[in-house]
Amino acid sequence: MFETIQYELKESVAYISLNRPDTLNAFTAQMNHEIRTAVKQASTDDSVRCIVLRGEGRAFCSGQDLSVIDEDTKLGDILTDYYGPMVQQLHSCEKPIIAAVNGAAAGAGFSLALAADFRVMAEKSFFMNAFIHVGLIPDSGNLYYLKRLVGDAKALEISVLGQRIKPDEAKQLGLTTAVYSNETFEEDVHTFAQQIVQLPTKAIGLIKRNIKAAEHLKFEDFLTYEAQSQSIAGATDDHQEGMKAFAEKRQPQFSGQ
Amino acid sequence: MPAFTFIEITMDSGIGYIYLNRPRQYNSLNRAMVREIVQAMEMFDRDEHVQVIVLAGNGKAFSSGADIDEMAVDNTIRLELLNQFADWDRIGQIKKPIIGSVKGFVFGGGFELALCCDVLIAAEGTEFSFPEINLGVMPGAGGTQRLTKLVGRTKALEWIWSAARITADEALAYGVINKVVQPEILIEETHKTAMMLAQKPALALRLIKEAVNKAVDYSLYEGMQFERKNFYVLFSSEDQKEGMQAFVEKRQANFKGR
Repeated sequence: MFETIQYELKESVAYISLNRPDTLNAFTAQMNHEIRTAVKQASTDDSVRCIVLRGEGRAFCSGQDLSVIDEDTKLGDILTDYYGPMVQQLHSCEKPIIAAVNGAAAGAGFSLALAADFRVMAEKSFFMNAFIHVGLIPDSGNLYYLKRLVGDAKALEISVLGQRIKPDEAKQLGLTTAVYSNETFEEDVHTFAQQIVQLPTKAIGLIKRNIKAAEHLKFEDFLTYEAQSQSIAGATDDHQEGMKAFAEKRQPQFSGQ
Repeated sequence: MPAFTFIEITMDSGIGYIYLNRPRQYNSLNRAMVREIVQAMEMFDRDEHVQVIVLAGNGKAFSSGADIDEMAVDNTIRLELLNQFADWDRIGQIKKPIIGSVKGFVFGGGFELALCCDVLIAAEGTEFSFPEINLGVMPGAGGTQRLTKLVGRTKALEWIWSAARITADEALAYGVINKVVQPEILIEETHKTAMMLAQKPALALRLIKEAVNKAVDYSLYEGMQFERKNFYVLFSSEDQKEGMQAFVEKRQANFKGR
């Protein structure tokens, strides 16, 4: 049912693979839409406990397909109509999302990686805020996330200079959780995803919610929000299981419910 | 309790719950359903065991608005003869506090129904909208009036003309709703608020509602005359004596609603 991406469920991990390798997985409107649909599908599927975004072939995602842009293209409309809804869907997703950056993540491809909760990188991969090289600004939520991840000064430097950020530097900047070797990348990503899958999924969703809420709530209101979230977490099966396992001195078996 | 077709009602600790119950149609409002809501509200309003009324929706949405299938065949004369909106006027006469507990879609007539509530609690992710204009019509059950008195002309025109979807946070910022809570605890938080109100002296609750509602229609001077009368009336209640006595004796008041 998807043409520009592949959707595969493997051991509770939903793999969303950008599948236009000939164009280094460049975005088209259809791909924006399909990613959005796939993320929505994974969000509402109880058997999914982790989402992995990855690219087929040698790149993660090279950003907008420039071959479809001409002088009549209204860039603002493309963002409003296609990229915005895609990033919104990722932003409101309560399941953990890993961007498995197997190769170049440039332009909106970098933005896509930034919208994930975790970025893991292959040694050969890199990030690049390439927008400046065509006289544009980072979009698709890029600067919203980037400034929060690395601070204003670094976000500006990365966006204005538009240089490649290799895994070592990304690690230093806090842009990546782990760097894996090129040869074992896929297995290592799956191992990491499996680690995430075994955690109490609802609690992860609530952590994401609280981090987002902290952006706009006053401290007093945040404390109320946090207390409400904890009552929700306290009512999950996984909380019961965690307490039980602790008392029985064994490893908990979380169901994600 | 009487049997209803399109709503469900329950009672718990002095709170009368009304649930819109056409979840597969996102609780779209047909005329019979509105009639049932009004009947249930009036019944709870008369019931001395009920202090507070809660209005909520079963399923994912509060209400997606009027049942368009029902309305598509209407004409001017039929609408005049049906006089369906008279039912809505009766909601405005309910004396007890009405708490609206909303989630998902709060559209059109559903939004108007929500605006009839005295307290509104919304789940995160709730969307409010008046989509009528996209069907070539306009709100008819108080939408243009209640929303305008609430948020002012500028925003009311913007929202009703554009059919924009208003987020819960935006609705909160404009004073349309009282509170946004996480979806899982909507029912719990609604119940908590209802319990808080249920423990207040019932006569004061209703005379306050009456007086505050007058502020919407009356001039300041007339409103203040009205307020004064209600204030005096409360001095003939047992609860006023108990409340003041308890204050002097530094203890919790035990209100009886008389």
